Amino acid sequence: MSTGRSILTVDRLTKRFGGLVAVNDLSFEVREHEVMGLIGPNGSGKTTTMNLISGAFAPTSGTIHLEGRRLSGLGAHEVTRAGVSRTFQLVRVLPGLSLIDNVIAGAAFGHKRRWGGPAKEQAVRLLQRVGLGAQIGLPVSALTYIDQKRLELARALAGEPEVLLLDEWLAGLNPTELQEGIALISDLRREGRTIILVEHVMDAIRSLCDRCVVMNSGAKIAEGTPQAVLSDPEVIRAYLGDE
Amino acid sequence: MTAKGWKDLVLIGVLVLAAAFVPLVTDGYWLSIAVTAMMYIALTTAWTLFSGPTHYISLATGAFFGVGGYLVATGMSDHDLPFWLMAAIAPVVSVVLAALIGAATLRLSGIYFVIFTLGLAEMIRGLVSWVQNNFLGSRGLYVLTDFTEAHIYWMLLAIAATVYVIGWLIDRSRLGFAMKIIGNDEGVAKHLGIDTARAKVLLFMVTGFFSTLVGAIVAPRYSYIEPNQVFSPELSFMVVIMALLGGTQKLWGPIIGVIPFILIWETITASFPNATTLYLGLCFLAIVYFLPNGVVGLVQKIIAKGRSA
Amino acid sequence: MDILISGLLLGGTYALVAMGLNLQYGVARIMNLANGETLVLGALAAFLAFTAISLSPLVTMLVVAPLSFAANWVAYRLLLRPLVKRAKSPGQLEVDSILATFGISFALVGLMVSIHGEYYTYSFLARPIEILGTTVAENRLVAALVAAGIGAALVGWLNFTRTGTAVRAVSVDRQAAQLVGINVARVSALAFALGGAVTATGGTLISTFITLDGSMGVIFTMKALIIVIMGGVGDLRGSIIAAIVLGLVETAVASLIDPGLTLVSAYVIFLGILLFRPQGLFGKRNA
Repeated sequence: MSTGRSILTVDRLTKRFGGLVAVNDLSFEVREHEVMGLIGPNGSGKTTTMNLISGAFAPTSGTIHLEGRRLSGLGAHEVTRAGVSRTFQLVRVLPGLSLIDNVIAGAAFGHKRRWGGPAKEQAVRLLQRVGLGAQIGLPVSALTYIDQKRLELARALAGEPEVLLLDEWLAGLNPTELQEGIALISDLRREGRTIILVEHVMDAIRSLCDRCVVMNSGAKIAEGTPQAVLSDPEVIRAYLGDE
Repeated sequence: MTAKGWKDLVLIGVLVLAAAFVPLVTDGYWLSIAVTAMMYIALTTAWTLFSGPTHYISLATGAFFGVGGYLVATGMSDHDLPFWLMAAIAPVVSVVLAALIGAATLRLSGIYFVIFTLGLAEMIRGLVSWVQNNFLGSRGLYVLTDFTEAHIYWMLLAIAATVYVIGWLIDRSRLGFAMKIIGNDEGVAKHLGIDTARAKVLLFMVTGFFSTLVGAIVAPRYSYIEPNQVFSPELSFMVVIMALLGGTQKLWGPIIGVIPFILIWETITASFPNATTLYLGLCFLAIVYFLPNGVVGLVQKIIAKGRSA
Repeated sequence: MDILISGLLLGGTYALVAMGLNLQYGVARIMNLANGETLVLGALAAFLAFTAISLSPLVTMLVVAPLSFAANWVAYRLLLRPLVKRAKSPGQLEVDSILATFGISFALVGLMVSIHGEYYTYSFLARPIEILGTTVAENRLVAALVAAGIGAALVGWLNFTRTGTAVRAVSVDRQAAQLVGINVARVSALAFALGGAVTATGGTLISTFITLDGSMGVIFTMKALIIVIMGGVGDLRGSIIAAIVLGLVETAVASLIDPGLTLVSAYVIFLGILLFRPQGLFGKRNA
């Protein structure tokens, strides 16, 4: 278990959509250099939590702080500038831009800004890093699904975020791609990045996460190491239902 | 800097030089058409600056243009202020107006912006007429200057060239890059750290500035000005048609649309004055169904086909 | 009191027109900017029938409604459906349909001006009548009552019939509607045609008390749009209330300040809505 200082604090976060409570009184902390898994059955509020952290939605109540700075209530662009980058559940690359420009887009307005020559050098470096070195000259439309996911990851890394949010980044990959994907994220982990991972792939959760928060019906039902939470009877019940 | 970018700039430089000679070789009817065409070139280029990358159909041109013409007229007529002072004040007023409109509508979906600008010229005309009738007295406004058609033409050419250069610079700036990303996926743009509302409002202010300046410069052409005449909703639509007809992916695209449109427009106005509205309607339909990317887009497509064949 | 009654009557007729637009935008997802011209066409028909053969607008209405239904059906199938099909994103459909309906709008204005280039002036039921101590023109009252009747029938149809339910389903979620076996393309065409019919009927009614001409459609489009946004897209009850609010405000401004400022007052309302409740008066945030 990681023992770094706490970097992101979510406190009593609640989000209502009309009568539906998507996130209910959720609190947790993310420590520096750890990979934290946010898991739970479908519809448990994981993606809504990601959207709240990244500023896509404003919370109904509760707060989110990044290194003491309040994020809740800020717009998505301000959250990104403060140091939180994300990828999307359904991959969203910029089809009209070149691969390099896609990555520069993450650097030009992000947390640590780069523009012009340095941004371009960094973009090439990041593309090689995520395994797209050979595809640099291709149009975005020619990329396979996993390559689009790689591109999105490079874009999210370009602003050098304090915290990286990966929303089901491994979903939809075939077994070979999955191994490559897990290897890539565990590389990032070794580098000491702080990552929040929403994931369904259990192998990935076991091998990548230092700690997990388990959600069900919008609330936290367990927290701890992957081994501990995945053997927790309440977690098993949430995933499998009663009998 | 890419060679292609510089080539565009050089091409425009040559065109501007060539265009500057027009008043020296012609006068009367054709010069008057050239002035009208140059006015629309400046307006459509300014329009494309904002609407090209955002795909927002702005119908605010008539309102901005009207603010330019009306402020020059009322300043000169009612307060004996010099033309140049009013021509400098008017665009600033519009920049403020654009900022307000933008702040109210551009953080929402594009449709609100279109609807808001749709009635804007009409609304301002109503407001201005009311103020004039009730507080200022309803007398005509005169814009009397020593400008000839050729002077106005050159000033408009200078504005068009300036707008082009500014657009060229924006294209290479972070603002231009931000607009490209917004045009691709606005939701992603926000998550990349772009203040999308601010970027759009800024660009809309630039468009407002130049559209108003054109209105101010053209005012001396009319000599006698009424709100009903300068706040023209029709002008907004004509600008949209000409810009889309040419194509909005390139800043010089609109020029391709303006010239044929104006020539046909003048012919129709002269021979079938009742058919102008129908002509506008058919142009809109033609753009949607046959030229979705304008003439420039069509040409690019043909070239691309030729290369791949 | 004067303002209240006249405002209510005006609002009632606006409501009908806005319901038409709301059906087209809320269900068929086509922002029909030729809506005002559809209205003026209804008015033109009433004017021509009245001046030529002294036909009561209330009878003309019975002819206008099915004709407009058919014409709008054809327009949707031939002109707008292809745009829906080729659109890669909702944004592109929005831009395309705005431009296409502008085209239709201008073409219609051109046609109408060439049919009759002057004001559509005629006099139908222009008798004063007293209600609740206020004198109003009988034609306004009749128009508002007929509008209310049609509006009520429409709301009833949407809420209590099978097809009406399908229409509402498509308005809420197109994909889900498709999944439960609703023919979305057909329902969209139906809603678009019905919206056009309702709008043209509204035009016939309005022509009895407001003098129109071929180029005035855009003002009505504008007002209908403001009402739809104020009431919430897809929300017919919201439209009705918003229409009455607009009718009241316009009447108040016209009689207390200046008739030239009605559009300005509509804009002030619009601005307030955009700034404070862009989801509409009764819409939920984050919906």
